[in-house]
Amino acid sequence: MGKTVIPFGPQHPVLPEPVHLKLVMEDEVIVEAIPAIGYVHRGLEKLTETKEFTQNVYIVERICGICSVMHAQAYCQGIENLMNIQVPDRARYLRVIWAELHRIHSHLLWLGLLADAFGFESLFMQIWRNREKVMDIMEETAGGRVIISVNTVGGTRRDMTPEALRKVIAVSEEIKEDMMKLEKVFMADYTVKHRLVGVGVLDKNTAYEFGAVGPMARGSGISQDFRTTGYAAYGELDFEPVIEKDGDCYARTLVRLREIYQSVDLINQAIGKIPEGEISVPVKGFPNGEVISRVEQPRGEVLYYLKGNGTKNLDRLRVRTPTFANIPTLLKMLPGSQLADVPVLILTIDPCISCTER
Amino acid sequence: MGIIEKSRKKSPWIIHYDCTSCNGCDIETLACLTPMYDVERFGIVNVGNPKHADVLVVTGSVNKKNVRVLKNIYDQMPDPKAVVAVGACACTGGVFKECYNIIGGVENVLPVDVYVPGCCPRPEAIMDGIVMALEKMNEKAKVKKK
Repeated sequence: MGKTVIPFGPQHPVLPEPVHLKLVMEDEVIVEAIPAIGYVHRGLEKLTETKEFTQNVYIVERICGICSVMHAQAYCQGIENLMNIQVPDRARYLRVIWAELHRIHSHLLWLGLLADAFGFESLFMQIWRNREKVMDIMEETAGGRVIISVNTVGGTRRDMTPEALRKVIAVSEEIKEDMMKLEKVFMADYTVKHRLVGVGVLDKNTAYEFGAVGPMARGSGISQDFRTTGYAAYGELDFEPVIEKDGDCYARTLVRLREIYQSVDLINQAIGKIPEGEISVPVKGFPNGEVISRVEQPRGEVLYYLKGNGTKNLDRLRVRTPTFANIPTLLKMLPGSQLADVPVLILTIDPCISCTER
Repeated sequence: MGIIEKSRKKSPWIIHYDCTSCNGCDIETLACLTPMYDVERFGIVNVGNPKHADVLVVTGSVNKKNVRVLKNIYDQMPDPKAVVAVGACACTGGVFKECYNIIGGVENVLPVDVYVPGCCPRPEAIMDGIVMALEKMNEKAKVKKK
């Protein structure tokens, strides 16, 4: 049997972003997958060297629009470590609240796209309808729907009023209720299970060897969640990483579903404990030295390497994004699977190409 | 208004291509299709095949690698067609203007009909842009007929 090469992407209906895969096929089965990237490369890391370190917050937010809050948070926390800035307690809690709202929106977005990938259009629509509630609350509290620019070096740029905090709780509870209704579709529907159970199995050892992060690792039974190290206010909140053991697409879907409930719970806890006070401290001086800053994004752990030289510009800013860490596992999962499963398999790592290529 | 002109205006199909966008504009474009904003009430459907599409919605600025892909998609679309540049990056290059791999806004490569500014533009603005593009598309068709 001869081999056929099928190009997948860069423009493909299932992908909102351009990624190109050369799929070497034998009949309907994939033998090899060769990725080609570079369609979204802009050169952001170089750009950050020409801007002031306070301006860079807005650039790193635009590495990726879906997890912009966490990118800015990772960058700010790194600079704050470098300059020994003590962030006010209220700002630390506000960062948690906005970050968890962002995680909810990202996971809902992913669940919708997954439903779209296996052809369940009405489920996609339902989930995205629920997602609009998060977008509304973000607009109400921060002024923007997607890129909300709340983090700054030394704290946050905006505060939340007690009414806004109450509304955040009410809306997140509403989302939890909505998702509990929709959860049954994911967990019990015959067609959904048929497309997800046993597809793209990644056992614990392989996931560990290939350096999987985030829901990919947790779906394979690795208890790894960077929030447990207690950055921002996570150390004062009570939570456990969500883990599933099966390591297939179904397990990863369940991890993300349950993380939505976890985020709602974290928001409730944070709002219950949030102290009064300042939201930011003035920043004096310039960063000097080097630091590594890590934050748990919806897709996994992001790593920032920052090097300052005592001037307003940074010497180097380097980002290792979660999708970059997860692409090797995707290339491990693809060989041996059916062509029809490729969209689901690509989506299961929750790819963020614009993060990866910057 | 002839039947072709009317049908074109009543049911335009869009194709979306992400150049180097940060995903912000993409998810807002997708949000247009979902029940809250629901562009299908205008007959707008998102298609994957450029040969079926009337309006090309581009997000993000053009870089050296995807310029070929973008031109390819545009060339495959049947006439009359319109291009909508969504977001600050697609309009001018935006925050990425000075990056080494960026050519600039979409206007450097394709004739843009409607610019939708904002970072990210709200779904309402994107919808407004697409509806404006329809008018322009029909004008183009008339000119060609003469």
